[in-house]
Amino acid sequence: MTKSELIDRISASQSQLSLKDVELAVKTMLEQMSQTLAHGERIEVRGFGSFSLHYRAPRIGRNPKTGESVGLAGKYVPHFKPGKELRDRVNASLQAELAAEGQDGESNP
Amino acid sequence: MSALTKAAMADRLFDELGLNKREAKEIVELFFNEISDSLERNEQVKLSGFGNFDLREKGERPGRNPKTGEEIPITARRVVTFRPGQKLKTRVEAYAGPGRE
Repeated sequence: MTKSELIDRISASQSQLSLKDVELAVKTMLEQMSQTLAHGERIEVRGFGSFSLHYRAPRIGRNPKTGESVGLAGKYVPHFKPGKELRDRVNASLQAELAAEGQDGESNP
Repeated sequence: MSALTKAAMADRLFDELGLNKREAKEIVELFFNEISDSLERNEQVKLSGFGNFDLREKGERPGRNPKTGEEIPITARRVVTFRPGQKLKTRVEAYAGPGRE
């Protein structure tokens, strides 16, 4: 699912707002989420998960073309930790697929 | 510093876009629900500029009960991973760390 498909699906699930409004809302939400992380703050959505920053220590890198060593500064990278509900739902769908395959296997050996 | 929540996201839609409070709350709920539904159907979610939510399958591996030390296998499972997009990575890299802004 891409961003434009997400906008279409949200739009289909509600009747009050135009597609344009939903598009603007999705862009506003993603911008607010990016801004939050860029300021070093967390995002916490119950059931879905949380976003935070992880620190990467400074290290000596190497230019793969020249082999030359370059010092790389420490930096922060975004990290997502899925919430329990999302973890359980995603994993349950795998277990359901495996169970269905198992049944197919028995009926069509 | 307090974390961003769904309530604060709905407030921004109310303040900036003029949605009413109920519409704003509903759109925020639908946003996370549609993403979750897609992942539950084993469908990757690609939000350009922000990042991708990918699904990975992990095979069974040996584990241990940390309390008793007993060996118990960790069953095969599907997990969600997030790969931040280049634009988000660049914006976050510029963050200097606590107290240095």
